[in-house]
Amino acid sequence: MTRSQESFRPRDFLLFGMTTVAVFALCVCVGSVSIPLKDTARLIWNSIWGLPVPEGISNSIILSVRLPRVICVALVGASLSICGGAMQGLLKNPLADGSTLGVSSGASLGAVIAIAFNITIPSLPFAGTMVMAILFAFISLMLILSLAYRLDYSLSTNTIILIGVIYSMFVSATMSLVITFAQDKLKHITFWTMGSLQGSSYENALVLLGALILFGGVILSRARELNAFAIGEDNARHIGVNVKGVKLTILITVSALIGVCVSIGGTIAFVGLVTPHMVRMIVGPNHRRLLPASIFAGAIFLMLADLLARILFNPLELPIGVVTSFIGSFVFVIIFYRSRQVQ
Amino acid sequence: MPILEVKNLTVRYGNLTVVDNISFSLEQGSWLMIIGPNGAGKSTIAKAITQGVNYTGQVLWEGMDIKQMKPTEIAKRIGVLTQSHLMGYSFTVEEVVRLGRYSYAPSIFSPKDDQDVERVEDALEKTGLIELRNQSVLTLSGGELQRTFLAQIFAQDPLLLLLDEPTNHLDLLYQKQVLSLIQDWIRTTGRSVISVVHDLSLAKIYGTDALLINKGRQVAAGEIEKVLTRENLHTVYAMDVNDWMCSLLSQWQD
Repeated sequence: MTRSQESFRPRDFLLFGMTTVAVFALCVCVGSVSIPLKDTARLIWNSIWGLPVPEGISNSIILSVRLPRVICVALVGASLSICGGAMQGLLKNPLADGSTLGVSSGASLGAVIAIAFNITIPSLPFAGTMVMAILFAFISLMLILSLAYRLDYSLSTNTIILIGVIYSMFVSATMSLVITFAQDKLKHITFWTMGSLQGSSYENALVLLGALILFGGVILSRARELNAFAIGEDNARHIGVNVKGVKLTILITVSALIGVCVSIGGTIAFVGLVTPHMVRMIVGPNHRRLLPASIFAGAIFLMLADLLARILFNPLELPIGVVTSFIGSFVFVIIFYRSRQVQ
Repeated sequence: MPILEVKNLTVRYGNLTVVDNISFSLEQGSWLMIIGPNGAGKSTIAKAITQGVNYTGQVLWEGMDIKQMKPTEIAKRIGVLTQSHLMGYSFTVEEVVRLGRYSYAPSIFSPKDDQDVERVEDALEKTGLIELRNQSVLTLSGGELQRTFLAQIFAQDPLLLLLDEPTNHLDLLYQKQVLSLIQDWIRTTGRSVISVVHDLSLAKIYGTDALLINKGRQVAAGEIEKVLTRENLHTVYAMDVNDWMCSLLSQWQD
């Protein structure tokens, strides 16, 4: 890939897209019950076009369990990854990701409270967690931004990072407090806070897709501004970027997208942090390539991690966050080691 | 009419008044030096002009209040070169220079400016960076990096260049390179410059006008010869600057 071309070209789309499709196919076919690719493909094809579907246990596994799950995993991975890429550029900090602002911790708190105190919505028994998570994500964002504004009107990068750290600590303390009073649900809560997309539905997938198109689209449209921020906030101001406007736009869209992801899949660590780094090594730091490539790479990374979570200790299933954290921390050490060598 | 006019500029950080009621103006084609000891408020004045700090008073561009202008409109008029840019990511030289064209097509929906390619090529050539265009900025020397940002400004093509001690950390050769590039640019295009400087000799060589400040207050403003008098310098630096400079520079005579 030549560096002088700034934008993501059709060839790149094809390359990343085909890899994503291949991994997707693999993840749908492989699992506790493996089903040949040909059968899987025919099954999905027939059910899309309303043709008669052959009966059998494997069909219901694919259509009602595995397919929606893998779609959700791919969408969550893509979302977390584009958020991470955007935050690393905005804050000019390679250790940032979508959770830096503290909104994802806030969302988890909402979900934990819902689980601990059995908060449900009458007709939608499982939606309580999701609604609470999104509500708390929104409240957290308002709280963090108004606090940041009061402390530092210019919303400097350091203020944002610091407030994010403080807020996350506060939330984790609150969460421990809540858990103390709900010991009986500890297993459920732990599993949720480590992230899992077990039992995802097509409705979840639709919500995720909508969020990714809407908020991801806004983030993509700010790629050039993010380039300027990644060079330096002062430089961004000097070349005419509306620094505060762009910063607010990115923080709000990232938080919204992360909030939706957390509400469906829990907090999945390291995806938003590591994938943009790996992608940067392939396509360079220019956000016009980095962000689209991150969408694909995030989907691939999380689908593979989810596959491992499913099959590694079959029939026992791991929380997906455990797998991403294991892989992520190793990959991260390697990336840092290599970048030190280059310098 | 002066292109830039600063009226009663005052900047406060909490209770501390850093810049206190400063007024000056700049004619097209002139090079104004903002001079003063450490902590006098020089850089803060520069920051206020580009709307980087809150201030009271007015900054007017050809009579228009800069506060009312969009960031892109300011960027088309004023370019800024500062001291150090610690680079984080490995952008190429050309990518950094291209960003200088941002203000001409800020939205992804705005039509491409016809001059984009030409201006970028021209800027790379002027600064001698054609061969380094695809190199990562992380691998550049301090002088090359500063030339990259100067090229970004040439691509931005502003009417006024604001220099905030951009050559302070550079070796003498690079200092001279950067300053002569700027001097050539003024000569060929008739643009104006405001520099924040420490080095009084450099100020005297390149400047046409000067603003002398001390502890945030204005001591003198106007043509450089009338500002940098023995008496004015003595008030600000509490020493005989002329004698000191002469004795320093006489060491270099063969």
